[in-house]
Amino acid sequence: MKGSVAVVGGGVAGIQAALDLADNGFKTYLIESKPSIGGTMSQLDKTFPTNDCAMCILSPKLVETGRHPNIELLSYSDVKSITGEAGDFRVKVLRKARYVDEAKCTGCGNCTEKCPKKVDDDYNAGMSKRKAIYIPFAQAIPRVATIDAANCIYLTKGKCGNCKKVCGVEAVDYEAKDEEIELNVGSVVIATGFKPFDPSVLTNYRFDHPDVITSLQLERLLSASGPTQGHVTKPSNGEVPKKIGFIQCVGSRNPRISRKYCSSVCCMYATKEAIIAKEHDPELDITIFNIDIRAFGKNFEEFYNRAQREYGIKYTNSRPPEVIVGADNTLSVKYEDFNTGELKSQGLDMVILSIGLDPSDSTRTIAESSGIALDEFGNIATSIEAPVETSVSGIYVCGVAQGPKDIPDTVAQASAAASKAAALLSGERGTLIKEREFPDEKTLSSEPRTGVFVCHCGINIGSVVNVPGVVEYAKTLPNVTYAQELLYACSSDSQEAIKQAISGNNLNRVVVASCTPRTHEPLFQNTCREAGLNPYLFELANIREHCSWVHMKEKDKATEKAKSIVRMAVAKSAFFQPLYKQKVSLINKAMVIGGGVAGMTAALDIANNGYEVTLVEKEKELGGMLKDMTEMHDGKKPSEIISDLARQIHDNNKITVMNEAKLVDVEGHLGNFKGTVLSGGQETHLDFGAAVIATGARNLEPAGLFGYGSNSRVVTQAQLEKMLAENLSANNITMIQCAGARNPEREYCGRTCCVDAVKNAIRIKKANSKANVFVLYRDIRTYGVTEKLYETARELGVLFIQYDKDAPPQVQDSAVVVHDVMLNEDIEIETDLVVLSTPLISGEDNSGINQLFKVPLDKNGFFLEAHPKLRPVEFATDGVFLCGSAQAPKLMEEAISQASAAASRACTILSRDFIETEAMVSIVNEAKCIGCGTCVTVCPYNAPALEEATVTAEEVSYTAKKSRINPAACKGCGSCAAACPSGAITAQHFSRKEIGEAIDAFEQGIKSIAVNEKVVEVTV
Amino acid sequence: MSADAKPDAGGWEPKIVAFCCNWCSYGGADSAGMGRFQQPPSARIIRVMCSGRIDPIHVFNAFLEGADAVLVTGCHIGDCHYVNGNDKTKIKYKFLEHVVHELGLEKERLYLNWISASEGEKFANFIRDVTEEVKKIGPSPLKPEGVA
Repeated sequence: MKGSVAVVGGGVAGIQAALDLADNGFKTYLIESKPSIGGTMSQLDKTFPTNDCAMCILSPKLVETGRHPNIELLSYSDVKSITGEAGDFRVKVLRKARYVDEAKCTGCGNCTEKCPKKVDDDYNAGMSKRKAIYIPFAQAIPRVATIDAANCIYLTKGKCGNCKKVCGVEAVDYEAKDEEIELNVGSVVIATGFKPFDPSVLTNYRFDHPDVITSLQLERLLSASGPTQGHVTKPSNGEVPKKIGFIQCVGSRNPRISRKYCSSVCCMYATKEAIIAKEHDPELDITIFNIDIRAFGKNFEEFYNRAQREYGIKYTNSRPPEVIVGADNTLSVKYEDFNTGELKSQGLDMVILSIGLDPSDSTRTIAESSGIALDEFGNIATSIEAPVETSVSGIYVCGVAQGPKDIPDTVAQASAAASKAAALLSGERGTLIKEREFPDEKTLSSEPRTGVFVCHCGINIGSVVNVPGVVEYAKTLPNVTYAQELLYACSSDSQEAIKQAISGNNLNRVVVASCTPRTHEPLFQNTCREAGLNPYLFELANIREHCSWVHMKEKDKATEKAKSIVRMAVAKSAFFQPLYKQKVSLINKAMVIGGGVAGMTAALDIANNGYEVTLVEKEKELGGMLKDMTEMHDGKKPSEIISDLARQIHDNNKITVMNEAKLVDVEGHLGNFKGTVLSGGQETHLDFGAAVIATGARNLEPAGLFGYGSNSRVVTQAQLEKMLAENLSANNITMIQCAGARNPEREYCGRTCCVDAVKNAIRIKKANSKANVFVLYRDIRTYGVTEKLYETARELGVLFIQYDKDAPPQVQDSAVVVHDVMLNEDIEIETDLVVLSTPLISGEDNSGINQLFKVPLDKNGFFLEAHPKLRPVEFATDGVFLCGSAQAPKLMEEAISQASAAASRACTILSRDFIETEAMVSIVNEAKCIGCGTCVTVCPYNAPALEEATVTAEEVSYTAKKSRINPAACKGCGSCAAACPSGAITAQHFSRKEIGEAIDAFEQGIKSIAVNEKVVEVTV
Repeated sequence: MSADAKPDAGGWEPKIVAFCCNWCSYGGADSAGMGRFQQPPSARIIRVMCSGRIDPIHVFNAFLEGADAVLVTGCHIGDCHYVNGNDKTKIKYKFLEHVVHELGLEKERLYLNWISASEGEKFANFIRDVTEEVKKIGPSPLKPEGVA
């Protein structure tokens, strides 16, 4: 066994897997074929459904990966083969010649400027030119140049040599050769992603016309760092388009070109791109031509509704068969209007082809060379109960290499794959790693010397706030000795710029005006540490979430507000003092709440990683909602899956199961929680370092809907499951989708109901081919590879009829009447059993558990994760994780992936030798303390205590009670400082001086900044 | 303040100081940004780790520095990241209300609101509503430069 892992593919999946493994104590090699890590996500402008700037959330991860002491980045390298066995693999890697020495190159860009050869830029999806020697994008990691040998004039013709001449550090080496190396690792994670579908195969869509572009090209047009700086213009003539149309499912759901699967993400990215385009130009007329709109994820349906309601984006439920190029080169599409049955034509200035996700070439080559099985679509084959395990033991898979999926599902799978690899190698944890090192802190001069860095965030800030104006203003503020603007403050080159500014100007306070400290503070704090500054001398001024994004139409006022936000940050930071964390021990045990398939998987993964787990289940038996299912969509029996998991749990001596148990109290924090579990009338106290919430969801009981409750022939899909396992006598079955979902009362899509309905329809037809099965739907949402179920159902003769949300089906005595949208007429369906496909709703215990752990719920009562894209299984509260349907409805394979992911994230804590305490703790000035004990009363953590102290004043000594605060127990809330009647307590980093200066600066200029005492002593 | 002393509501933007706790209401303000919930540019947010950190003196200082309104915000009761900081805020707020009233300031100038990290729209609506209310009563009489 080796304590190292090779992660193949440096997109967001590979990055997440590598970070988890490295944080879990394993030496990790991250192998990326392109010159930089970042994958497709680095090309995206924004991400659905929050329209978060993609680069802004990805860039901190790129920087962290590049900096991590236990990640060795092998970029511009291809994996040739993987041999060996679990615990001892040999990975052959071809390190392609870059012709630039990575160790020497500083990424200054001189060579790129002087290179005379222009070639199509892949990063901008071929819509602009780059040079033959290039850095692919501003935030690239590693930030080094690469020569594209096929296009380099020197390498092809032996002339030029400009780059070598201008390189100041002699990094260019034309003699470099490809090199093959062999890595010896314990496990491999495949994260080879996808390649965008090439639409030129479908000649009917006229991709040869310049104004017919792919969705990825539009993404680049919308991006501030793209070829048009975020302005959508027609590639043919640069004019602003008035009408654009998206054609969905290009290269997806198309058996004719052997792409039977749904690509999962196109409906939502088209919606997102349409919204962004509308934000740029509200006059733009946008139509999305689709088959079904698959808005199945958390908050997707709400996003889709907003696109229509607030942005006026039109959705036409008809996919045009072709794009027509007119005599004058104009574009139009023909489609069928199902309301009238007419064939209509619509002229368009631009056509966007929403291209699907094809398996990447490297997935196939690696699978073939290494004997890893592929599925019928060319994805790496897995099973629904083991969604990250490949056919080769010890090799795991995550992300789109396993099947089309969006970013949060990809990130969750990445952590899941990391969990499996870490469990396999848990005996070798920590054997090959080294600690992160920072330079010594430099001594602070008494005068504050503040540097201000104002971020454009592409156009997220810069298009609203006048960034250069804010920089000029910052330079006029007291103590500001340096100010500059940055395109993306979070990119790696910006970290270098900040570090250079710190050392070059001897800065001792740093203010970055960009986005929220809730996501970006740690990144900039680390940059400060690398420059020898204490991280608590840093302040973020949030001019994006709190300014440019919420004052998009008031540019001048937004600029004024940005200036005052910067002013307040500068004023406050002048009083910052260096603060230090303390190391304290932690409890290397976990608690998992909820014993469904998610909770069982999480508990097993944590135990297999080597840590003790208590699994708390409220019912008598483990299994959760899966107990009510009788067959999975691949034909497996859920009871067998449950009994297999239960047996593994029983056999694992690290897991304690508490049945019929309820968590009733939780105290403490990350690393040191104290829980009380009530079971059989007895209270048990348990200590744990991390917790996973896996409390699942429950079926909606749709009382009153379609006669449910009063008409015995109306049942739910969950009831049909049971009937199917026994004996189904009905011969005419009609299923009604979206019962109790996608309506004003419950806006979200149930995600699993279409897959469940189609699966059960197939079961009925297979058992009795004479049965008549109708599925009445609004959109069929069999996303990803489950699309094949939809196809099978149709082949078996299941009839699918689309209805409109405003004309729901009517359930009568022995029939269901529905208005068929496609035929535009009412149909009466003879029916003996009506099956309602109802959504999962949030668990009834959620609102108790969320208060125990102080974690939030969303508006539907499901748990709210820390970030919808990149932190799908974490809470903002450290040490608490979530998985499965507790977060939102999920298919079993997704719940399992999330459960392993939560386990992996929990293990990044459990694997530590110590945790660091809060540095921003409160301290007592004993001279001012009157020993009243107010602080003792208000503190919820028992951090302050009154102790006898000897006070000497004016030659008199006496003993008195004085408050002392235990820094290991203090969490830094500052309540004691607010309550202290004598002003003896300072809440460090949020002291009266620091907050007071910010208040003073909110309206006027900073009146005076000097680090002398300037406190108004007021006793309240 | 007499009615005719009110400035033109269109041109004058009130200045509002909003104290937000790191875990909930500051996150709510972030969510407002992520959801692009537009709001008047009147608020200046001061982040504290917990609403329990907000000392009444901070609120008075904000008024003395010219704030037309002050918002005290935190997690919903029961959701406090520090167990019960917002319960303490609630108690302090009662006291604050009295003192602000004694100072002769209108009740429309001081607010307490619980906003979770997911309630971006609520945050934006809150800022809009307070701004409207304050526009009705005009600048704070404590404003150093007086009525505009």
